[in-house]
Amino acid sequence: MNDSLLRTEAVSKTYQTPDHHGRLVLDHIDFMLRHGEIVAILGKSGSGKSTFLRILAGLVPPSEGVVEYRGIPVTQPVHGIAMVFQSYALFPWLTVLGNVELGLEALGVSGAERRRRAVSAIDVIGLDGFENAYPKELSGGMRQRVGFARALVVDPDILLLDEPFSSLDVLTAETLRGDLLDLWDAHRIPTKGMVIVSHNIEEAVEIADRILIFSSDPGRIRAQIPISLPRPRSSESAGFRQIVDQVYTLLTTEPGRDGRRGAKAEPIGIGFRLPDASVQQLSGLIENLTEAPYHGRADLPHLADEENLVMDELFPLIETLQLFGFAHVSSGDIELTPLGRAYAEADMLARKQIFAEALLKHVPLAAHIRRVLDERPGHRAPAARFLRELEDHLSEEEVERVLDTVINWGRHAEIFAYDYDSEVLSLENF
Amino acid sequence: MEQRWGLPLIAWPSRLRPNLWDLVALPIVLGAIALIAWGGMAMSARYQIGEVLPISLDPWQLPAYALRTVLRMVCALVASLVFSLVYAAVAAKTRQGEKILIPILDILQSVPILGFLSITVTGFIALFPGRLLGVECAAIFAIFTSQAWNMTFSVYQSLRTVPGELIEAARMYHLSPWKRFWRLEVPHAIPSLVWNMMMSVSGGWFFVVASEAITVAGQTIMLPGIGSYIATAINQRDLAAIGYAVLVMFVVILLYDQLLFRPLLAWSRKFQADPMADEDNVRPWFFVVLQRARLFDLVQAGVLEINRIIDDTLTALARRRRPSIERRPTREFDILFDIALLGLAAAAAAWLITFIRQTVDLGEIGWVFVLGLATAARVLILIGVASLIWVPIGVAIGLRPQLADRIQPIVQFLAAFPANLFFPVAVVLILRFQANPEIWLSPLMILGTQWYILFNVIVGTTALPQELQRAAQNLGVRRSLWWRRVILPAIFPAYVTGAVTAAGGSWNASIVSEVVQWGDTTLTATGIGAYIARTTADGDSARIALGIGVLCLYVLAFNRLLWRRLYDLAAERLRLD
Repeated sequence: MNDSLLRTEAVSKTYQTPDHHGRLVLDHIDFMLRHGEIVAILGKSGSGKSTFLRILAGLVPPSEGVVEYRGIPVTQPVHGIAMVFQSYALFPWLTVLGNVELGLEALGVSGAERRRRAVSAIDVIGLDGFENAYPKELSGGMRQRVGFARALVVDPDILLLDEPFSSLDVLTAETLRGDLLDLWDAHRIPTKGMVIVSHNIEEAVEIADRILIFSSDPGRIRAQIPISLPRPRSSESAGFRQIVDQVYTLLTTEPGRDGRRGAKAEPIGIGFRLPDASVQQLSGLIENLTEAPYHGRADLPHLADEENLVMDELFPLIETLQLFGFAHVSSGDIELTPLGRAYAEADMLARKQIFAEALLKHVPLAAHIRRVLDERPGHRAPAARFLRELEDHLSEEEVERVLDTVINWGRHAEIFAYDYDSEVLSLENF
Repeated sequence: MEQRWGLPLIAWPSRLRPNLWDLVALPIVLGAIALIAWGGMAMSARYQIGEVLPISLDPWQLPAYALRTVLRMVCALVASLVFSLVYAAVAAKTRQGEKILIPILDILQSVPILGFLSITVTGFIALFPGRLLGVECAAIFAIFTSQAWNMTFSVYQSLRTVPGELIEAARMYHLSPWKRFWRLEVPHAIPSLVWNMMMSVSGGWFFVVASEAITVAGQTIMLPGIGSYIATAINQRDLAAIGYAVLVMFVVILLYDQLLFRPLLAWSRKFQADPMADEDNVRPWFFVVLQRARLFDLVQAGVLEINRIIDDTLTALARRRRPSIERRPTREFDILFDIALLGLAAAAAAWLITFIRQTVDLGEIGWVFVLGLATAARVLILIGVASLIWVPIGVAIGLRPQLADRIQPIVQFLAAFPANLFFPVAVVLILRFQANPEIWLSPLMILGTQWYILFNVIVGTTALPQELQRAAQNLGVRRSLWWRRVILPAIFPAYVTGAVTAAGGSWNASIVSEVVQWGDTTLTATGIGAYIARTTADGDSARIALGIGVLCLYVLAFNRLLWRRLYDLAAERLRLD
């Protein structure tokens, strides 16, 4: 097997928490990128997909396991692997040409040769005429083209793409993606393999030869889906839709909690990464689901399309509905439960009631906070107390986000109150 | 043109051919080189302590004096720039460095600038025996201390906030550490560094004037410069000469504003990632000259070439060395390091206390604290009075954007103008009206620093979103309710910034403004500034240390107990975004 470009063996990543416990982010990932292959990685937040890409790039050292590029271990960025970043990562004080030349300059390529290669890369990626423009003069799409030109100019074997189209609007993203695929298919770029981290399912199905689905907390490879549809792929074809449905199902159900009716869900702890969903969005989505054309049941890709929600917006909502017992997902469809329907039909006060009961029943963190406040003589507790508890399970930013989420839910349900200035949770006014 | 380092250059040879703009640029550059040569010679002239350098009150001598003063400023600025880059880089890149360097910087920042002068001048003189250079160095060092600390903080802050993806990009494209510093980190730091540098230089004119006439052990050394010219005019009660000095200073600040301040600010906008940052700004004329003139491309190409050679050499050296495996310091090492640090600090404190106690008794130490309280009361009252005056005016200006655009440069100019030039006028007035110096000397402390309040209030008011104003109008919010609920909360963060700067400046100014002379008349106000001024004149090092130490404690206490809290409040509660 000599067609392997990049390979990982049992790669794990553990981050240190403040109290010296380890938090496992990636768990024994075995991966291989073959010659001529595009692999897309999909996963919810917390699946460590971005971390994994950085381990492949040599930017982040794995805690365990090895990464090999053509048989050589990767411990720092190596020549032959280039990366394109989500927010472009262009140097604002360098012109387009300066940005593209930078990588060559560091390689020690001489002035004239450097210029020739940079101009040709700018040409290939469709930026000619903008050589002397500064990034801030360009639109998002043009900036990402500079990002691609900078990556391609060093003639990389492997291109690592970190959500390269996610900062762009739909049309721009589509054009740029199409242009990249054209270059790839016509072998106009020397790149022999690509790994793309994405949060857009259709994008992944459109470009990848293989999709890896990561599960969360810790990140593991949950499934691999080979895609043999010929390119260019039509997103309307039956084969395409079927794969999209399959991916949706894998992403919206947990292993062991695959949403089958009556299946007992695996219990979650207080350190569970609560999805980022606001009450407003939740009730909006439930209302829409009850009405036509869904009448309580919807195809997820279709729903995403109709409600104009991208994966990162839709999935937290779906997950919350499942968590609260308002809906369940199976084979790419979401269906409201009787409780979900009852919520939709209730008035504002009754909705709060249902919400509060579901919150205390299904979200251990909310129940925990309420219990602590009940037990304390003054019925008050600083938020920092819960932050510290969560730090054992989640990263620093996630801790803040999760606590904010539960505070918002709890305030709406009126199961506890929160004072922003003193950062204290309490049972005041109840 | 060190500031242009890190700037990318596409070396079109044709771009380096001279053009008409060079006719303007060339004389300026040659003039600057000649000035440096002349100043360097004058600075290192032979000199024995006790010798009196003649200062002439002939107004025609003033331009030469002004040049000497400016040259000191430039030396201090270059030193500050080098210092800030090196110090901040060490602090930001090493964990141990950060642990000591940043708190040290915090303390240094609260030491009164003229205090540094009192402490260091004898050392500098000993460094260059028989030369004037020692005294020059002491003056330059004083100016340096007025600039270096906040420039360093700004660079450190920037180095810590380089966007993660840019760092990753730099690593992916194999930039060497040297290249990374000049191509990524320094450019990222430039907008904030340039702004802080220009603010510091503006503040620095005050100290350059104050530090030229240095008293060492009862003897006054007057370095040729505007500050000494003024000091001489004060000795001889020559009001006309003071008028000339004010006039020349006016021209100097105007030139500084037009030739340095504005072009540099315009240039620094290039390094902002914000797309809209340089859209609606007029380019200062001198900036245009610099951009057009080929000479500067040539200079820039030269600087970049030198930078490249250094980089190549360093890279070659690094390659020869074995790649070092990153050693993580253990926890034990950390703890040992902390203990050593604490021990060192305790030893230093003990030594200082013994040193002071040898000559000073407890009663006097208590008295110095009381003096500090008097000065603190002055600073607080003055900030209050200045706020009452400038907040309404600043709001009125800020609500009229066109007026604000025109007033802003004037306020910046006023803030740069050394207020100590006007001290003699105040003395004359106090004598004339037989006023109480305890009260009427106080306004001098805030004469130069009140502009920061005005400046920031204007900025804060213009930043208030139109929508909020319209909403307030729509709700019929007027008069006192509008002040309490709309404008005061809106400008609070900006106002705090201004008040902190003004208060810091006032503490500094107390050393020169609590004792003011006019000929052989001396007016004194009770306070710690007067104490330090008197002990410095006497060369009484234990008491100088005591005075400066106590002043530091007051400044630190105020920063921690008052300003930082207001800052946090502003940052948490009253942000507009």
